[in-house]
Order: sequence, then structure tokens, then C-alpha cells
Amino acid sequence: MKYSQKVMDLYANPKNVGSLDEEDMDVGTSVVGAPSCGDVIKFQIRVDKDGKISDAKFKTFGCGAAIASSALMTDWVLGKTLDQAKEIKNQEVTEYLSLPPVKAHCSVLAEKAIAKAIENYMSKRKK
Amino acid sequence: MMEKPIYMDYQATTPCDRRVLEAMLPYFCEDFGNSGSTSHILGERAEEAVEKARTQVASLIKADRSEIIFTSGATESNNLAIQGGARFHREKGNRIITCAIEHKCVLETCYGLKKEGFDVVVLPVLRNGVVDVEMLEKSINDQTILVSLMAVNNEIGVIQPLDEISSICRRHGVLFHTDAAQAVGKIEVDASKADLMSISGHKIYGPKGVGALYVRKNPQVKLTPLFFGGGQEQRLRSGTLPVPLCVGLGTACEICEREMANESERLTEYKNYFMEKILGSLEEVYLNGDREFRIPGCLNFSFRGIEGEGIMLGMKDVCVSSGSACTSASLESSYVLEALSIDEDLAHSSLRIGLGRFTTFEEVDYVSSKIIEVVNRLRKMSPIWTKGG
Repeated sequence: MKYSQKVMDLYANPKNVGSLDEEDMDVGTSVVGAPSCGDVIKFQIRVDKDGKISDAKFKTFGCGAAIASSALMTDWVLGKTLDQAKEIKNQEVTEYLSLPPVKAHCSVLAEKAIAKAIENYMSKRKK
Repeated sequence: MMEKPIYMDYQATTPCDRRVLEAMLPYFCEDFGNSGSTSHILGERAEEAVEKARTQVASLIKADRSEIIFTSGATESNNLAIQGGARFHREKGNRIITCAIEHKCVLETCYGLKKEGFDVVVLPVLRNGVVDVEMLEKSINDQTILVSLMAVNNEIGVIQPLDEISSICRRHGVLFHTDAAQAVGKIEVDASKADLMSISGHKIYGPKGVGALYVRKNPQVKLTPLFFGGGQEQRLRSGTLPVPLCVGLGTACEICEREMANESERLTEYKNYFMEKILGSLEEVYLNGDREFRIPGCLNFSFRGIEGEGIMLGMKDVCVSSGSACTSASLESSYVLEALSIDEDLAHSSLRIGLGRFTTFEEVDYVSSKIIEVVNRLRKMSPIWTKGG
């Protein structure tokens, strides 16, 4: 598979790999994808008292595009409000990373990951 | 210093041996004759070269040279054997038996025949990748005309029990074709076990674009040709023979016959070193395919918790594959690994390592270390890898 330099850099030196405490009320967590499909992303955000994302972590099982997409997504959501983070579209990820068409689904998965993590955070807050 | 990139994908293709290339060169511009034009000296020289090559191919598989038909490669050989055999014997019956881990060119040919009304039975394999021979025997009915089972699998390197399969087919009077593209030149192959046997040039350090089909003479196996024309190759494969390519295949076979024993011994050592190092250094790594019944140059591992392409990306200076060459551009997991009933995530996490004639120990040591390093790194960032390290 031929990848852009951006994908290769994110794959080689991904920022924000790791985990946050799932039990923490300020943390939203999502796990999207399935091992049987070859891609799983675990995505976590910490939301500060101003409603901004102050920390984001990911772990990914998948190809280079999946790793790069999730790493990029953690980077992009930092400092954003939840509404702003929801605005990030998979096409932007695809374009920024110049993903080959067969790998576009990886960016879709990354978009789903942030959406689900926000949903998880919101549902904790409601309780 | 090792030359980069390091090639460890010998089941996909092999580099052409320089000795093979040297043997081929005179037949492009000097002795360029048509091997069918024997009315003059250039035609005669071409014919001599082709017949010498035919003898070299035959010798490697212990056949007679009259039993060798040159083709464009194993895909054509498989098509000719299966389509040609099935069509010729259509009056006798319509069942064709093959198995789930055959090369795509065998499976697709069989599926094509199914559309024409043939009854295609696809046998399962055991977890070790060996074809279920009991099922084979049970699947043969009075309508069965052809069994096509590979000698060695291209993804996992498992050697199939040709002796057993052969005697079952003989007992039932059914034609037996074997795709031996990954076996010939790597292990001892005796063509007389089969009625039809496919051979590839580029898997044995010969050129791409040439192969052969062994067609048993005694008793004569009959086929309906795929191509019609000048009646070359005993009317089974019309078309002017590519003399340089035939010479290349012949020379490649001759070198294999001479060097196979030593090469096999060396590669077995390398393979064992590689395997023991990987299995000993990493948890939850699985060798796909039987540990014992495999060719010396092929290893296929699944690494729990990480995906195959991710591993390859971590070692851009190493050429390996995560499946067969035919499917490495697609996203589907390997149908061969799925047929072994391994866990779905493991089917996505495989790596095939192919060692061959030009592999050095230094490369084996480097690549195995590199894999361990990359696997450990990727596992740290995997959400489905829960163990430490």
C-alpha cells in the first residue's frame, strides 16, 4: 500500500497513544470497529470545566491508515469544544492524509470514534 | 552491509537466477528462430533448445519429456488441466473436486465450470491446512471426473499428502491434477503420482510468463485445448513457443535439480531459526499451517492484537506479504487462513515470510528482530491487546 508521508509520519510517531481513566466523570470513551473487520479504535477524551477537550488518547488495532486517522483525530480535537469536535468530517481526514480510496473507511471509523466518545461523555453527565 | 530492500516474499515470485538469464539471452537476437520452422538451421537450433528445456523440466519431476507441455505459467496450466480435463470427460460425469485453500486460478476455474453445469465440490481442510482426505474419498461418486488438489499451498507452505490423494484417485479411476507451482524445485516431486501437474517458471528463479503442464502418457490423459491454431505442443497448446522463456524454465529446473538438496537444508535451518526466534520472543504468536508438513522456505504467522499491514508498514525496507500476492491489495482477510478456522482477528494479523535461494542468515536475523520490535510497538497501541509488554 502506498501511503502519503503524513500517514507514514503519524504511523511512525503517533501522538496521544494511551488511555484515560474510563471511570472518570470527565472522560468519554468509545470503542468502534471489530477485530473481525480488521479495525478497532478505542478513543478517549477528557473535557475540562469550560467544555473544551483538554486531553485525547487513542489505541488502534488496524492498518497504517487506521492508526494515522485516529492519531490525527486526537490531535485535531484538542482544545475544541464538543460541538466543534463533532464538526470534523471524515472527508477532511481523508484529504489531509491523502488516503487511498480503499482506505477511506478508516477515516469514517475515526469520525465515528469521536462522535461515540462525545456521546459517552454526555450520557455520563446526564446521570 | 545488507542490501535493501530485503526480499522475503519468495512465494509471490523469485528473482531470475543470473545463470538462467545467461542461458536465455542467445535466443532473443541471435538464435531467434521459430522452433516450428525446422526447414532451416535457425529453426533447428530453436527446436533443439526447446527440446533440451523440455527434457530438463521432465527430469526434475521424473517424467518423460513427451509429457511436458509448455504454457504461459501455472495459471494457464491449471486452466488447461481443469477446463480441458472437465470438458473432455464431460460425457463420463460432471463432478469436479477441489479444496478451499487452492490458488484463486484453480478455484475461479472451477467456479466458472460450475456455471456451465459442472458439480463442483470444495473440500475443507483440517486446522493444520492439510486437506481432509477422508472427505475426499467420501466425495468421489460415479459422476466424478477430476480431482484438483495443490501439492503445496502458496500462503502457508503446507505440503499436501499427494501419495494418499493419488492412491484414492487411482482406486476410483478419477483424473488427478495437482497445482505444483510451489512444490517443484523446493521438494522432491514425482509426477507419476498425478495425471496432470502444473509448474511455474517464476517461482523457481526462472522468468515470468512461462510454465508447464505435465500430461501423463501412460495411460494417455486427454484434454480439450484452450487455444486453437497451429497445433503446437501436441495440439494441446497452439501458439509459437517463446523459445527464450522455455530455455529459462528448463535451465531453472536443471539448477533446482542440482542444488535443491543443499538449498533445502540451508533454508530449513534458516526457517527453524526464524520460527524459534519469533515464537520464543513473543506471546500469542501462531504458526499457520502444519509445523512439520511444510516447505523449507515458507513461514506464516498470526500475531494476536495487531493487524498484518500495520506490521509491514513498520518495516518498509523488508518485502514480505500479509497474504498471497493476488489479494495483498485488497482488504479482505485471507480465505486460506479463514479455511483453517483460525480466529477472525488472527486472520487479519498474518504475515507470510518467504525465504529463498538468495536469502542470507544476516537477513533472517535482521528481519526476525525487526518483526519482534514492530509487533511489540504496535501491541502497545492496540486496544485489543490487554497483556503487558
